[in-house]
Amino acid sequence: MYAQMIKSTGEGVKSLEDMDPDERAFQERINAGGKIEPKDWMPDGYRKTLIRQIGQHAHSEIVGQLPEGNWITRAPTLERKAILLAKVQDEAGHGLYLYCAAETLGVSRDQLTRDLLSGKMKYSSIFNYPTLTWADMGAVGWLVDGAAIMNQVPLQRTSYGPYARAMVRICKEESFHQRQGYDIMMKMAQGTEAQRKMAQDALNRFWYPSLMMFGPSDAESVHSAQSMAWKIKVNTNDELRQKFVDQTVPQAHYLGLTVPDDDLKFNEETGHWDFSQPDWNEFFDVLKGNGPCNVERLEARNKAWDDGRWVREGLLAHAAKKKATHLAAE
Amino acid sequence: MTDPLFEYLCRMGDNTLVLSHRVSEWCGVAPVLEEDIALANTALDLIGQTQLWLGLAGEIEGKGRDADTLAFRRDVWDFRNVLLAEQPNGDFGQTMMRQYLFDAWHLLQLKALKGSSNAQISAIAEKAVKEVTYHVERSGDTVIGLGDGTEESHQRMQKALDRLWPYVGELFVSDAVDQALSAKGIAPEPTSLREEYDTAVNAVLAEATLTRPDSDFAHQGGKTGVRHTEHLGHMLTEMQWLQRAYPDATW
Ligand SMILES: [Fe+2]
Ligand SMILES: [Fe+2]
Ligand SMILES: [Fe+2]
Repeated sequence: MYAQMIKSTGEGVKSLEDMDPDERAFQERINAGGKIEPKDWMPDGYRKTLIRQIGQHAHSEIVGQLPEGNWITRAPTLERKAILLAKVQDEAGHGLYLYCAAETLGVSRDQLTRDLLSGKMKYSSIFNYPTLTWADMGAVGWLVDGAAIMNQVPLQRTSYGPYARAMVRICKEESFHQRQGYDIMMKMAQGTEAQRKMAQDALNRFWYPSLMMFGPSDAESVHSAQSMAWKIKVNTNDELRQKFVDQTVPQAHYLGLTVPDDDLKFNEETGHWDFSQPDWNEFFDVLKGNGPCNVERLEARNKAWDDGRWVREGLLAHAAKKKATHLAAE
Repeated sequence: MTDPLFEYLCRMGDNTLVLSHRVSEWCGVAPVLEEDIALANTALDLIGQTQLWLGLAGEIEGKGRDADTLAFRRDVWDFRNVLLAEQPNGDFGQTMMRQYLFDAWHLLQLKALKGSSNAQISAIAEKAVKEVTYHVERSGDTVIGLGDGTEESHQRMQKALDRLWPYVGELFVSDAVDQALSAKGIAPEPTSLREEYDTAVNAVLAEATLTRPDSDFAHQGGKTGVRHTEHLGHMLTEMQWLQRAYPDATW
């Protein structure tokens, strides 16, 4: 997902009896469906895990601007250009809300940015794949925003108040993005032969990377169990991936496109689609920095940050001068 | 001569089309997140205005060309934007200086067009003037903030101003198209906007502690389409590639 492979601390979930009074009150509040707010007591591990999770989510929104920004200057119509630009602008806004949510946990946006730029913090593996044709703008909206929604809708009920509220705002916009992406695919799938070919090619390239967005199976992971006890993770990765496949396969069929999986089959007994796992070696390679675009994505973000230094410094210096003049006048 | 009204609408629409393209090139790589969002806002407003101006141009022409056809199927010599709009982004300072110099003119132009004798034009201006009022506030504040910021930001802004100033004059050059339209009360005489422009720009430059260049030399050839810069061809290569590579597709 946007936050993948988040290792929460702990060696397994403690029972209420083993907790000290603060922690116990905290956990009981979560169990009762209550929200934790910034000023409330919280275990260190909860705070650290959330910073990692929200930070990674924010970084994904920011880096996620790049693969779609790649097509803004080549959009096929004025309307499509405006829709795409507005979408990418929304993603920047999502990054902003999420950095704000992370800041309530006592970390600054600047610190998180430095950790992204140095490679210390990660962003979603999906944004390390290139966008090669206009159909990729359709596939990204349909599949990538679609997978993001799968994960983020349950997070609207997450235990940390600022994160849950950010998710409510974000989810509304993400579902627009998904519809717009599907609309692009529809137009392509019903278009000329070249357009249909582009649409199929985009699905071929984005299908497995989209499945990877949910992360490897974590059903047996203690980290995952702790995050679930804290309600900063609501479903297992496999549950979400299955839900995504079940939703997406009929949509692909409706488009007249073929999902690139020979073993894809509807299972009458379970009522779900059986599907092939993505190549998890590829996933770990991408996480290690060896995806098709890792180097370029980080280069682009670093260049933007370095090139922008004089601007940030200039605006700060001006604001300080103005403040000094105001104070002198008082 | 082509219909002056069509020419004029292409000038308005090509200015916003070309400038929105340039601004959108910043997507995802601005100096801070808030600027990414603000630049996208400006570009979005300008795309919307392009749809209106070029849409009306196509309607007036009456040959079945819509805004998209005009935007994506004309070559360099048919573009009517001022040279200022097609100047490359350079650093963020050059981008914001270009924006301010354009916005300050754009606002005056649109305010005048609100009183156009052509109802469709005045309706477009009415909508656009609200957006551009905000653009000029923002770009003006940025020019001031960076001009009167650090030593480095000051120097960069002065350099941007010196680099772009020779492209300001073209905004105020009057030709047969302008004269034909102003005679009918459709659009203002460009020269009539200069004084107010100078007053506004001088005030912002003073607050920005920047020095207005002495020379008022003006490069020309954009709004007539006679001689664009080399940059426009490269922009169109990118902007129009898909439409030209797949001419029978709809998107
Ligand atoms: Fe987003
Ligand atoms: Fe997203
Ligand atoms: Fe999105």
